[in-house]
Parts: sequence; structure tokens; C-alpha cells
Amino acid sequence: MIRAEILREIAPLLREALVVCNIGIPSQELYAIDDRDGNFYMLGTMGLASSIGLGLALSQPKPVIAIDGDGSILTNLGTLPTIANNPAPNFILLIIDNGAYGSTGDQPTYTGARTSLARVAEACGCDRVIECMGEETGEVLREALDCGEMTIIVAKCDSGNEKMPVIPLDPVVIRERFMKAVRR
Amino acid sequence: MSIHAQIVDDLISREIGFITTVPCKQLAGVIAEIEDRDGIRHVPANKEDEGMGLCAGAWLGGVRPCIIMQNTALGVTINALATLIQFYRMPLPMLISYRGEVGEPVACQVEMAVHTKALLSQLHIQTYHFHRREDAEELPRILDHTFMSSKPVAILTDATFWGDY
Repeated sequence: MIRAEILREIAPLLREALVVCNIGIPSQELYAIDDRDGNFYMLGTMGLASSIGLGLALSQPKPVIAIDGDGSILTNLGTLPTIANNPAPNFILLIIDNGAYGSTGDQPTYTGARTSLARVAEACGCDRVIECMGEETGEVLREALDCGEMTIIVAKCDSGNEKMPVIPLDPVVIRERFMKAVRR
Repeated sequence: MSIHAQIVDDLISREIGFITTVPCKQLAGVIAEIEDRDGIRHVPANKEDEGMGLCAGAWLGGVRPCIIMQNTALGVTINALATLIQFYRMPLPMLISYRGEVGEPVACQVEMAVHTKALLSQLHIQTYHFHRREDAEELPRILDHTFMSSKPVAILTDATFWGDY
């Protein structure tokens, strides 16, 4: 199972939350699969999806799902202690861990080798950390939305990208319509 | 009133509700003051670009943010400033300790001081420099200006301003 297949499967659940989506192909895939005002697509700035998601969850009551990748978490590993020490019950960090830098040609990351992001998250102090197979992501995400407790999900899957067009939206349009969805 | 309390009063008066910090000796008093106040959420960050992500999220959530950081970290924030804060047109007051200016005891700090204003200028970020204590009187208007323009704004505060800490 690859990331796009997970996104397609969880798209109905994502509609229950505000979504901050990681740079590159993940955002392009989400845009193509189920574009909506409540999706904040990152067009640049690798690594900050989880930070934006936490800041958003701490600042308003709607549920927030940050969709991140293993490469992006590794580039901003300091995010995990910040998340652990400033828990927001309405925050879910969904790390789609395909062990590869997908947007740049599927070069391997260290999570495909010796590094476990779930164990890193636990060591950082995150209480509810669930590692699952890609196929189980929907079920685990459903529970996370229902449990009212901050959850870090590490969904292990295969590397690979679907061919999607670049997002044509202007960043200010993405931001403005997202902020309207927050207020709605 | 201490300068620390004055600065935090100004932040509160402009409805800033979310502050992220990476500490500096010069900013210790302000950070301590923030910790003591109700109504401001303080989320310490591990790195300044991470802090800018947190601030962007707070702004998307309807809360006015502020980042407090040291000028030596400006380099690590350039991508976040250009591709997140500026590209999506978000306001962000940056209260920055201007290490490496007159009164600085650590020579290495000068190495980033010489680049600080040049980098901010290259990024087209409006920059205000607090050197004398009375310069801080402009802070409320600088904050108004930041949220009016929906852009990042830098406030550099040097050793002379802090009384050579």
C-alpha cells in the first residue's frame, strides 16, 4: 500500500477535521483526491506541517490532523518534544512512514533502516503513540478522532507516488479559505 | 515598571495570545514575564523555524502570534520566512535579541551581527532597532503595523537597550 491509497481510504475521515498537509507530492495527492477548504496545503517549507498543526490545535477547538511524512519529521525532529510537552487533545499527527523521501525520487530515509519514529515519539513524552500498517490507518484514525486524546500515528507503508499535477492555487487563497473553514 | 513588563504589556495590549520562544540571555527577563502572565500561551520551541511553524498555525487558528528569538538563528529561519510566512502572507512580529553589537562580550556573536540587517534587508522585512530605552515606546505601533500589513516584522534589541544585560 502506498501513501495515495491511504489518503484515498481516509479521505472521508479527514473531512471531520482541519487538515494540514505536508509539502510536495502528499499535498498534490490530497488536492487531487479530495480538495476542500479545510485542507491547508504546504507548498514549501519542509518539516513544519506538524508545527503548524500543533499551533492550530492549541489555538482553536476543532480537531486538527497534520499529515506528515517520515522525511519531514526527521528534518524537524525537535517538533516531537514540543508536541509531547504542549499536548492538545484535538491534535492528531499522522506520519505516513514510507521510509523514503517521496517527493525527491524515493531516496531512503533512516526510518526505513534502524530508526523508529514511534519509539522516538514515545521517548519524547507523547502518551498515545500508535504504529500501524497502512491498511489499518483508517481504523486507527477513527479511534484517534473519537478518543479525545492527542494521538501520534505512524502508518508504515511502501514508498511510491501517484502522478499528480502541481497544485494551481495561490498560497493566499489556500490560507484565506482555510481560515474561513476554521471560523465556520 | 521594568522594561520586560512593559514589553509584555504591549504584546498583551495588541491581543497577542501565542508566543513561541527560543531563549537568549538578553531576552530572559521578557520570557520570565511571559511565563508569569495569564492569557498568553507560551510554547517554547527547539528551533526558530519550528517556532515560525507554530506561529503560522496559531494565526490560522485566529490567534495573534509572536516569536522571540536571537539574531544568530536568523539563518535557520530564512526558508520558513520566505516560503511560509511571506508566501502565504501572514503577520509575524519577531522580537529579536541583537547579539554582537556594542557591549557584546562574546566575539563569535559578532559574526552573525554583521549579517543580521543585511539578511533582513534581503528578505525585504521591515526592521526596527531598539538601542535606547525610549525606542521601545514605539512597540505598540510596530505591532499594529505588523498586523495591518500582514507581513513579518523584525524588532532588533541590542545590548545597550537591555542595559548591557
